[in-house]
Amino acid sequence: MCLAIPARIVELKDDKAVVDAMGNRWKAKTTLLPEAKVNDLVLVHAGFAISLVDEEEARKTWQLIEEINFFSETSNKLSG
Amino acid sequence: MLERIEKAEKEIKSACERLGRRINIMEVCGTHTVSIFRDGIKSILPDNLKLTSGPGCPVCVTDQWYIDCVVELAGRDDCIIATYGDMVRVPGHSGSLETRPGRVKVIFSSEDALELARKNPDKTVVFVAVGFETTTPATAVAVREADSEGIDNFCILSGHKLVVPAMDAVLSNKNHRIDAFLCPGHVAVIIGYGAFGKIVRQYKTPCVVAGFEAVQILEGLAVICEQLAAGQSELESVYKAVVTRQGNVTAQKTIAECFEAADGYWRGLGKIAKSSQKLKEQYRRFDAFDRFGLKEEHVEELRGCRCGEVISGLIEPPACRLFAKECTPRTPVGPCMVSAEGACAAWYKYENKKK
Repeated sequence: MCLAIPARIVELKDDKAVVDAMGNRWKAKTTLLPEAKVNDLVLVHAGFAISLVDEEEARKTWQLIEEINFFSETSNKLSG
Repeated sequence: MLERIEKAEKEIKSACERLGRRINIMEVCGTHTVSIFRDGIKSILPDNLKLTSGPGCPVCVTDQWYIDCVVELAGRDDCIIATYGDMVRVPGHSGSLETRPGRVKVIFSSEDALELARKNPDKTVVFVAVGFETTTPATAVAVREADSEGIDNFCILSGHKLVVPAMDAVLSNKNHRIDAFLCPGHVAVIIGYGAFGKIVRQYKTPCVVAGFEAVQILEGLAVICEQLAAGQSELESVYKAVVTRQGNVTAQKTIAECFEAADGYWRGLGKIAKSSQKLKEQYRRFDAFDRFGLKEEHVEELRGCRCGEVISGLIEPPACRLFAKECTPRTPVGPCMVSAEGACAAWYKYENKKK
């Protein structure tokens, strides 16, 4: 599926990164984005960074994901 | 943000009034389908504008034969199946991966599959490599690593497909009623929005790339409607943040290093030339089809399942007599209901609840 999450690179060695977003940290690789550096915001899909992304876009996406999670939980509660 | 939504809504309304006739826009990507439903976008569109789900859900377009192969391999003692989560419940003729829990591992990255192979040298790890161009580079990197490290107990069952040939196939069907495409945002990150240019040039059909939030979708639709009202057919992108005309060249080169385009069989669309990714000769030893001697054959679809017609945009989910009766998210018959991004699952979840 197309979903990709913006995340900040907090550690980077060769192409092995640790990324941070929405209170979580996980491993990702920058093999497909060799220009990525520590502190960059990147779009992560299936464990790989595929594009750089700016602050505003990242923030909007994180907000959207939170809203979706809230919506899902609420709607699940309402439908019992 | 609200102003942008209102502006896009106005533009859509005005263009659709000028057009007068019915307009069909196909959203190619499954993630768009879900966003459209979840955000209630259809309810604010004019009556003469219809959105149709297309073949953009990789799980939904995976043909029955592939699924049966995966389930068969999962029955072998010497195999571990590594798969993305959305494939686990897709039913084949003899059950789904869910029915073989011990040998199936859900993973989030091709790298996880490779790690499984390193940790289980006495088993063969079969990676269920499904997805469009957004996901294909990840598989290519894993294959390359397996090759350079000599991880011979790793192989992939490639179900990777290409989006543009499928769009071409939809328009080649003389029964199609598609006026324009809303194109997938993250596929475009990889292939570049320029890749949709050949659809525009060949069919004079507008192609607009958009991201996945409501504003993006509405702005993309507004651009399409304006084009149609002005009698234009252009290539555009509103997903300026991450999509460029040329795309991610490193990712494209990575795909090209490991894969070549081959004919592929798509549920609902049949055989499409040069639409699937096959491992190149030098990486063929990682090809699970070859390794296990699996020969391609067109297998009869599950009885009554009309997923193929849904994917081609020929019918809407409720037209299938199994929809919401035998076929529900808890008891899915076909992939469009199993996959969270399938048109049927999305329709069931959001549309059915209204009743």
